Amino acid sequence: MIMARPKPIEEIIDEIKDFNKVLIAGCDGCVTVCEAGGIKEVQVLASALRLYFGKERKKLEIDETSLTRQCDKDYLHELLDKIDDYDAVVSLACGAGVQFMAEMYRKKPIFPGVDTCFIGVTEERGVWAERCQACGQCILASTGGICPITRCSKRMMNGPCGGSEKGKCEVSPDTDCGWHLIYERLKELGQLDFFAEPTDPKDWASSRDGGPRKIVREDVRQ
Amino acid sequence: MNTTTPSKLEKILAEGHFAVTSECGPPRGANGEVVEEKANLIKDHVDAINVTDNQTSVVRLCSLAACIRIKQMGLEPVLQMVTRDRNRIGIQSDILGAASFGIHNILCLTGDHQHFGDHPQAINVFDLDSTQLIQTVKLMRDKGELLGGFEMKELPKMFIGAAANPFADPFEIRVARLAKKVAAGCQFIQTQCIYNMEKFKTWMQQIRDQGLHEKVAILAGLTPMKNVGMAKYMKNRVPGIDVPDDIIERLAAVPKEKQADEGIKICVEQIEELKEEEGIRGFHIMAIEWEEKVPEIVEKAGLYPRPEIKVSEN
Repeated sequence: MIMARPKPIEEIIDEIKDFNKVLIAGCDGCVTVCEAGGIKEVQVLASALRLYFGKERKKLEIDETSLTRQCDKDYLHELLDKIDDYDAVVSLACGAGVQFMAEMYRKKPIFPGVDTCFIGVTEERGVWAERCQACGQCILASTGGICPITRCSKRMMNGPCGGSEKGKCEVSPDTDCGWHLIYERLKELGQLDFFAEPTDPKDWASSRDGGPRKIVREDVRQ
Repeated sequence: MNTTTPSKLEKILAEGHFAVTSECGPPRGANGEVVEEKANLIKDHVDAINVTDNQTSVVRLCSLAACIRIKQMGLEPVLQMVTRDRNRIGIQSDILGAASFGIHNILCLTGDHQHFGDHPQAINVFDLDSTQLIQTVKLMRDKGELLGGFEMKELPKMFIGAAANPFADPFEIRVARLAKKVAAGCQFIQTQCIYNMEKFKTWMQQIRDQGLHEKVAILAGLTPMKNVGMAKYMKNRVPGIDVPDDIIERLAAVPKEKQADEGIKICVEQIEELKEEEGIRGFHIMAIEWEEKVPEIVEKAGLYPRPEIKVSEN
């Protein structure tokens, strides 16, 4: 899932303070799971904004909605009839959703209501952690199912580095050393042979280093 | 005596002498004379001088420029290169630039994370890691190729080194990781500074068990303690450094004004002890901002005078 966290309300106030009517649009996808941009967060944010602008004696009407997915044109179309009722939209979707809405409604200012952070998992309620950097060429088969690009602070392919101490990363005692985890898992799996040979330089062209990426699959294209 | 490069360091090791290296940290400013002053303090007592590459991720005068200055003094530099700040284009370009000035030693490092330094806001590169940098230099030197496949006419003749930290975790993977660097083409190792002799010797035993000491020249890394405060700081604050309590106790047991002498004494004793350790081929003395003490350590450890080696250029 794509993980995000709510933007500080001051930032959102600053985005919308000069408008008269604003729509807060949540997304029922990933940001609902990480409790940053679903309908619940839309309602909380809208109430807080109404309270703030009420106190400031500023007339600003705020409406609430949430779409099934903002990264999908069909669902974004649901706003077609009412978008012109608003001066602006605050989208609580991930960065992809915000941009896709802005592409569809070109004349409408669309503001981000969350900071999109990473592809990750829910370790426990309230704790989300990164697991994938979408490098475009998965190497998990040879690393015990643990990604060194994501889990090693220096994305080393031949780790661990000399700063690994008691299973923790040199960058922070709160961060596990990714290569320590890989080593332990490979040992459990009886796959330590992986350590015998150096791993060659990676081709980063499939990651963001190759420019904005696109997948075109003729087999499913209509 | 077979050597792969015109490196003086390689020749000294090939002739069976204990090699002695030390390092210069460049200044946080544009004054290159600082490098020359530091090099002058140690030049008669070491075979080669490492120049650190923005160590601890603090911006300093660049390693390559400082190495060129040292080379132009008629001395032997070891170009330290980290993969944190440059991608494979920049790295290969700098290697060629270094070779063009007759720099024949490189120490391949991944580098500290920028989080430690004076620009924690910076992006990091890590296009390659230290092992892949070793592979890259070897490819350029032995096959005359760049990573992209281009074949060069003039090849960079680099004696290839790397670091090893026997004290980081997990301990049991440390020798395997060194073996990987050797498989990648590493010819000499400068270790992390050693204080825990017992653990170091256990590591060396594992190195010998795998016969790695015959494939790579291991230079034991040593950093003399200036005082007990430094020892405590190294123990508690520097990742990957193992300072046993008996070192701290020994420094604490002497008056403050004598602690520096005690630190030097410990360092010299370590060298004497490590000379007897099979597979130790030399010493890398990292006297941090204390370069003036290197000659004293080298002399007291019986490593002076340094062997006279005739080096034919290129």
